[in-house]
Amino acid sequence: MLNAVAIEIRPPLAAVVAAKSALVVRPVLPLERAMRGETTFGEPGAEASAEELMTAVAQRRDRKAFVRLFETFGPRVKAYLIRQGADRASAEDLAQDVMLAVWRRAAQFDRSKAAVSTWVFTIARNRRIDILRRARRPEIDPEDPALVPEPEEPADRVVEATQRRECLHAAVEELPEEQARLLRLAYFEDKSHSVIAEELALPLGTVKSRLRLAMGKLRTALETME
Amino acid sequence: MMPEHHPGDDLLIAYAAGSQDEPVALVVATHLALCPRCRNEVERLEELGGVLLEEQEAEALGEDSLERVLGRLDEAAPEAPEPPARVPASVDPRVPRPLRDYLGAGLEKLDWTSYRGLDKAELLQEVPGFRTRLMRIKSGTAMPAHTHEGTELTLVLAGGFSDEHGHFLRGDVAEADAATDHRPVADPGEDCLCLAVTDAPLRLTGPFGRLLNPFLRI
Ligand SMILES: [Zn+2]
Repeated sequence: MLNAVAIEIRPPLAAVVAAKSALVVRPVLPLERAMRGETTFGEPGAEASAEELMTAVAQRRDRKAFVRLFETFGPRVKAYLIRQGADRASAEDLAQDVMLAVWRRAAQFDRSKAAVSTWVFTIARNRRIDILRRARRPEIDPEDPALVPEPEEPADRVVEATQRRECLHAAVEELPEEQARLLRLAYFEDKSHSVIAEELALPLGTVKSRLRLAMGKLRTALETME
Repeated sequence: MMPEHHPGDDLLIAYAAGSQDEPVALVVATHLALCPRCRNEVERLEELGGVLLEEQEAEALGEDSLERVLGRLDEAAPEAPEPPARVPASVDPRVPRPLRDYLGAGLEKLDWTSYRGLDKAELLQEVPGFRTRLMRIKSGTAMPAHTHEGTELTLVLAGGFSDEHGHFLRGDVAEADAATDHRPVADPGEDCLCLAVTDAPLRLTGPFGRLLNPFLRI
């Protein structure tokens, strides 16, 4: 079944590659994908990236592709919600809701802008604020005429989003444990930085400066890549 | 013109993580509307959220979880992107979303109170532990020196002000804490309009509570 999915997903991508390489039709090699920094899933021979799976869901309402996204992200979204303070039953229900939203909003997924993991994270985060916190999340409106636009739109970002994701992943691994731990606390526990500082028996200033240090390293990693 | 004073990394991280209270998130998000640099930063920080989400340990879903979700796939039509909200012609261009959504009928219809060259209007009063205010300071007005208890964030929407820490114009965010002692002066020319949020502890509010903003302490 997994192989069938991979085959289903290949044609559109192969077409893209072909267009870029003097119309020579050839299969996409795993190495190429790795060079683009895309996530690969499953066994050898079935390595569709999350971005390809999501594109298959968006364009063809591909249920098999959705099942694989569900199996990868569903349990992680549930873990995220539990760490954010949801009990197991609500975490289970909310994780299902989040994955349903992934299916329903698939058409809005833009792989040139974000990796699938980023997109799932923002959906899970917003759902949590909405349901667990019962609060509004103030967000910009990209269509607002009062929004100050980017000086110039960066050119082709298709490759960038997934590459950046891979680069960030590597950079997080490189962080000193105390900084990585703090980042995880900041992202996964619904606590203010002062509460985190209290719990770690650290001055708030130390928490902030460690977060700043971590950010500096991640920024440098991304800049080196670009 | 791009802002020069940005919210600190810790504020951007907390915004991307979604761990801030609404008033603070409102200041950050309204700054984002005026600052492409920080919009980019927040996009990167959301990517970081995705990376951390992927690498964390999974929590097994219920046995019937997949089946239940698959059973609901056809339940609703795919969610279409929301149509862009229509901007009423009367909207003040100085106030971008999301702040605009908090103003009801508009800036002028707010419940303003005035005191010595300073007008203020309360927003988000239902959120405990915070004071969220729009402030309008008459151009050229100097305020008495004061210190803060608690943290205060001020986002300039129009005009500007200066204090010991710099010159703040549209889009700039000033962060002040207990260590800050300053004497802000509104720029001459245009009146200074800003959004100020303090996380003053509740004991400081009430009829004799202090107003912790760069311009006035009552
Ligand atoms: Zn900024």
